[in-house]
Amino acid sequence: MRGVAVVGAAETTRLGIIPELSVIGLHADAALNAMADAGLRPSEIDGLATAGEYPPALAAYLGLAPKWIDGTSVGGCSFMLHVRHAAAAIEAGYCTTVLVTHGESGRSGVGRMPHSTTTSSLAAEFEYPYGVAGATSNLTIPALRYMKACGTTEEDIARVVVVQREWAAMNPRASLKTPITVEEVLNSEIIAWPFRRPMCCLRTDGGGALILTDASRAKGFAGKPVYITGTGEGVESPMVSMMKDFTTFRAFRSAGADAFVQAGITHADVDHLMIYDAFAHLPLYGLEDLGFCQPGETKDFIRERKTAPGGELPMNTNGGGLCYMHSGMYGMYALQESVRQLRGIAPAQVPGARISVCAGVGGMFAAAGVVIFTSDDPTLRT
Amino acid sequence: MPRTLPKPSPETRHFWEGCKAGELRLQRCRRCSEPYFPPRPFCPSCACRDVDVFTASGKATLYSYIINHRPRADMGTEPHSIAVVELAEGPRMMTNVINCPQTPEALQLDMPLQVVFGNESAEMALPYFEPAGKPRL
Repeated sequence: MRGVAVVGAAETTRLGIIPELSVIGLHADAALNAMADAGLRPSEIDGLATAGEYPPALAAYLGLAPKWIDGTSVGGCSFMLHVRHAAAAIEAGYCTTVLVTHGESGRSGVGRMPHSTTTSSLAAEFEYPYGVAGATSNLTIPALRYMKACGTTEEDIARVVVVQREWAAMNPRASLKTPITVEEVLNSEIIAWPFRRPMCCLRTDGGGALILTDASRAKGFAGKPVYITGTGEGVESPMVSMMKDFTTFRAFRSAGADAFVQAGITHADVDHLMIYDAFAHLPLYGLEDLGFCQPGETKDFIRERKTAPGGELPMNTNGGGLCYMHSGMYGMYALQESVRQLRGIAPAQVPGARISVCAGVGGMFAAAGVVIFTSDDPTLRT
Repeated sequence: MPRTLPKPSPETRHFWEGCKAGELRLQRCRRCSEPYFPPRPFCPSCACRDVDVFTASGKATLYSYIINHRPRADMGTEPHSIAVVELAEGPRMMTNVINCPQTPEALQLDMPLQVVFGNESAEMALPYFEPAGKPRL
């Protein structure tokens, strides 16, 4: 791929507790901020992608008349897939300028769809009766097997939280900025053993939006453009109990491999990394499944502070879903941080970051999306 | 609050009827011999529609789990395991490991387990697992 850029990127005006906005209002607040960032009017947007909201409803609410829409909704990584699909649509000529939005009243529940648990899905029949209640008691189940296979301890999982809290401390918009120690994490309330409260994501309100267009137009906008250089997507199973190997996530592996091949980069080229961290074990899977670490090596990688401030591979530099914000579908915030880093405007800026890899999980290890961004204009490539 | 129970579908009813009869029923492809779960009327390995229902041994090992300290309203008030077990025949399934303390010390990965059926209603029994070798009460 050589031709698509992000030319507008913004989150909701506020993050955290936003009871005065409903779900669609959060989408709209983020969308208006992204349009202002790009200097675009609604009439100039001809493509719309969103999850958690009905695309025609959002189009009507925002006054858009898109000729291309994507309502892919596979959980928190949906926005990574939207970016991938939108880039393909722009390259195919289906549309020129795509708005991708996210809004979620994860904390306040204003205008939120009721949560359905009694459908006749296989998950409802063969998992729900055993007490799973959302991601906390479901997405966490593979961790013990991973830990046994890799010799990873509760301390190692706790260290993921400690490092991300260091990043969050540099971010004025982060929800949890107070430094925390491994001991403090391990003395915290047990939520779903071996997971303690700080190892589980926040529940907050917010939204975000991106605007994508053809790279050849990208320099005509107000903000610094960030280019999409590789993408991948994949699925495994909506039932965590059917995940083939609890130590590795197939969709991470395939989506990551496809994105790296398309981008034509090696792991040594990567300056900045975002891995969806709804729970503290996910970055461990991501680092291995994306090929940054050999199986079982991640615990050492994090202990050696490779992902920490000043490390060779800064990861989850906004503080992540554990400390920055997590509305339920966190993927949009990971994408926003990748864009900020390559624009050079992140609160915890990685000096000279040029290539950022952004990987998301959807559902209970059900889906994955990977987007690789670069600040280098691909149209200048020889 | 009674436990939320599954609603069998035409494709899964044989499994739940088996549980009520004290049998853990899996399916197996007649072409590739691969046992599989959850139920469906074709083999997920080779897409063959020619499949058998058979009664599994009920033997399993503990593959992974959490201890949920925030039980759902219909699951009581005490912390309880939510586990994935690996059946002797190969497929895995979610369950609760019961008849033992719900602690990390009592719940060791790879420990041998055996199925035990819990009658939850006149129509429905759920397959649970307990440490192997426990005398049947």
